[in-house]
Amino acid sequence: MSPLLQFESVGKAFLGVDVLKAVSFGVAPGRIVGLVGENGAGKSTLMNLLGGNLRPDTGSMQFQGAPYAPRDSRDARRAGIGFVHQELNLFTNLDLAENLFLSDFPTRGGLIRRRELHRRASALLQRVGLGLPTTTVVSRLSTGERQLLEVARALSFDARLLILDEPTTSLSVPERERLFALVRQLRAEGRSLIYISHTLGDVLDLADELVVLRDGAVVGQGPACQFSSDRLVALMVGRELKQLFPQRQRPRLPNSAECLAAPAGLPLLEVRGLGQPGVVQDISFTLHRGEVLGVSGLMGAGRTELARILFGLDPHAAGTMTLAGPPLTGPPRERIRRGLALLTESRRDDGLCLEASVADNLALVTVGRHARSPLGLLRFAGLRAALGKVRAAVRLQPRLTDEQAVQTLSGGNQQKVVLAKWLLAEPQVLLLDEPTRGIDVGAKFEIYQLIHQLADRGAGVVVISSELEELTGLCDRILVMNRGRITGEFSRDNFDSARILQAALPT
Amino acid sequence: MNVAADTGSPSGSSRLTAALRSEYLVLFLCAGLFGGLAPFTPGLASTDNFLGLFGNLAPLLLVALGQTLVLIVGGIDLSVTSIIALTSVVGALVMNRDTGWLAGSGAAAPVAIGVMLVLGGLIGAGNGLAVTKLRMPAFMVTLTALMFFSGLAIWLTQSKNIGNLPTAFTELGSRPALALPLAALIAGLVHLLLERSLYGRWLRACGFNARTAHVSGVPVEAVVIATYVASGVLAAAASVLYTGRLETGSPVLGQRILLDVIGATVLGGTSLFGGKGRVSWTFFGVLFLSLLDNALNLLGLSHFTIMMVKGGVILLAALLDTARTRWFNA
Repeated sequence: MSPLLQFESVGKAFLGVDVLKAVSFGVAPGRIVGLVGENGAGKSTLMNLLGGNLRPDTGSMQFQGAPYAPRDSRDARRAGIGFVHQELNLFTNLDLAENLFLSDFPTRGGLIRRRELHRRASALLQRVGLGLPTTTVVSRLSTGERQLLEVARALSFDARLLILDEPTTSLSVPERERLFALVRQLRAEGRSLIYISHTLGDVLDLADELVVLRDGAVVGQGPACQFSSDRLVALMVGRELKQLFPQRQRPRLPNSAECLAAPAGLPLLEVRGLGQPGVVQDISFTLHRGEVLGVSGLMGAGRTELARILFGLDPHAAGTMTLAGPPLTGPPRERIRRGLALLTESRRDDGLCLEASVADNLALVTVGRHARSPLGLLRFAGLRAALGKVRAAVRLQPRLTDEQAVQTLSGGNQQKVVLAKWLLAEPQVLLLDEPTRGIDVGAKFEIYQLIHQLADRGAGVVVISSELEELTGLCDRILVMNRGRITGEFSRDNFDSARILQAALPT
Repeated sequence: MNVAADTGSPSGSSRLTAALRSEYLVLFLCAGLFGGLAPFTPGLASTDNFLGLFGNLAPLLLVALGQTLVLIVGGIDLSVTSIIALTSVVGALVMNRDTGWLAGSGAAAPVAIGVMLVLGGLIGAGNGLAVTKLRMPAFMVTLTALMFFSGLAIWLTQSKNIGNLPTAFTELGSRPALALPLAALIAGLVHLLLERSLYGRWLRACGFNARTAHVSGVPVEAVVIATYVASGVLAAAASVLYTGRLETGSPVLGQRILLDVIGATVLGGTSLFGGKGRVSWTFFGVLFLSLLDNALNLLGLSHFTIMMVKGGVILLAALLDTARTRWFNA
């Protein structure tokens, strides 16, 4: 049987980094293909190629036997490919019928034929089992109902291929069952589906065939019956070590045999029973002096949210935090004074002032130390000296001037600026959220070295990362988060990528 | 783009490029405007005219400096003209020699000035609190403040002017030898705060990216409130000069200058999107608009014609600024 969709050695690179490497697989008519892989394995990029948001650098795609090279999402739609997105793409202020036919309302003489619109909409809603009036406003729908509405939208243009990207994350059990029944019904109608999920049980249950991606390449492919959950996990993590990590004298934790003198190994940040409804539940851990503590987990597991609560950016309903004894409270300003630092997930959003100069960004946290009363005028000599020292410490290239706008720097240098601004504050505890995201290998290595230096000087470092390899290479201990809870703890002598991933995956 | 080549050969086109890229562009435009109009405009270059021009310019500069600070932090203050009007009548109510609360007292003028500045600061604080604590858009907050306080000024005086102010007060606004150094001193102080103080650093950071500033421990709300207070106080200071020059407390004082204030500030190069702005830029913008106003007046054009020409010139300047940003990524 000739496939409905065929990827033929499709490749894609961003800024010289290969995110897809000669990916080839096909989707036969009337089949469900499960697509699995870790965060960053290339699933989203692949779907963006299919949806026309991105174009492949190499290779090609075939759909219904003809070359398929969509330029935008409308091309994908016209070809008959429908997406049910992870972040739902619905207009919550419009009603069901309007959402279904937004891009091709039935019209006569430029005016919408309302009765025809609602007649067609109600037929579609019936097919997906959504028994609501077509005039219901989408904001009143539950997530599960919205999911069904998205499927109905794909059916509105008679999509032959539907892509479901992590559709069950926020569904209740009955809603999930309903969606699965619909998926099977669509298959019975001869449509094909690509089902992307981290919930391996669901994928194994639904899919006819499986494709496993790792680091942008297909590492496993075949009928679903040939796979087990364990084998999938092994394929997803079984990567060769391509990133080098600096050597470090391992720390002296109280539970390790070589427990040595203070201050290393003493408890520094203690978190007990931290909770915020819908965000994190019952989080307890202790960060020691000189320790690099990793936090692993899937997107949406609550890692960033935890860091934000620790830093005083978001509220918490339950639990306590202490830093070297006294409780940690107040806004970020207060906590910075206590010795806390937060390198945020997104440099652009809340890490840097992109249009401001390198010097102004470096000085942002600590510039107050160089001000004198009464007008708060700055002592520039002291400020310049401090900036010069920290620039050297993070090895920011001398060719980058202090006056240069930080947006003209590469990702790696930008991240060094963020790290440097915190180093100036001489923090005791650093919370680093995805510290090496989007930066080149050389800069990564230097940032790893800096993290080690900080820990060697007695600071405690929390590293949140979606790259498991990074955590196992860098950390003394790894906590795993899953749906707002800590579901695993691994110390260095029993790091096991497969078991860590298992703890992060939903069951 | 090869910058070195540009500066290396002093050909005509490279000089033009350098002028376009310079932060003194608006000052060059002022010189061009003056040079171009002086031969046709009787009296433009006279000493008296200069004194009048700078007498007009001084209070406008003060208001525009407040606006500059607010624009840098990423807000806007439309209420400044109502602050000018309200503080003008309240000051006059305190000190006028007929019915004033302190009529005849030697302390009338200094107390009135103090009251005006404090009142301006309080209105600014109200704006700042609404923007930060209630998270309301600055445009709406200050627009409604503009309407309310303009109305209040008229209601307080039943739409009448209040004359017979103490000489000690009117001298301040009407004698250029006092008004100009005072305005220059305040401008110098704002410059110092903006370029060399902690507040200036924090202000720019909040304007560029308030979230980054907050994460970095900058007291964002305090900075924003302080900035609206500064704008209110500077508008009140402008009101002291305007009221003194007019020798009357007027409930419609400054009614027409709102667009001049914002126009001059943006013309100078301060960004409406926050983060960018300087005292010198705003001075050039104010100088340009004042000069244009002055020359068109001397040419005998009507108020409406002047408005149209000014609107056109501000638009052209804005176009030029957009174009040079695109060409040079300046």
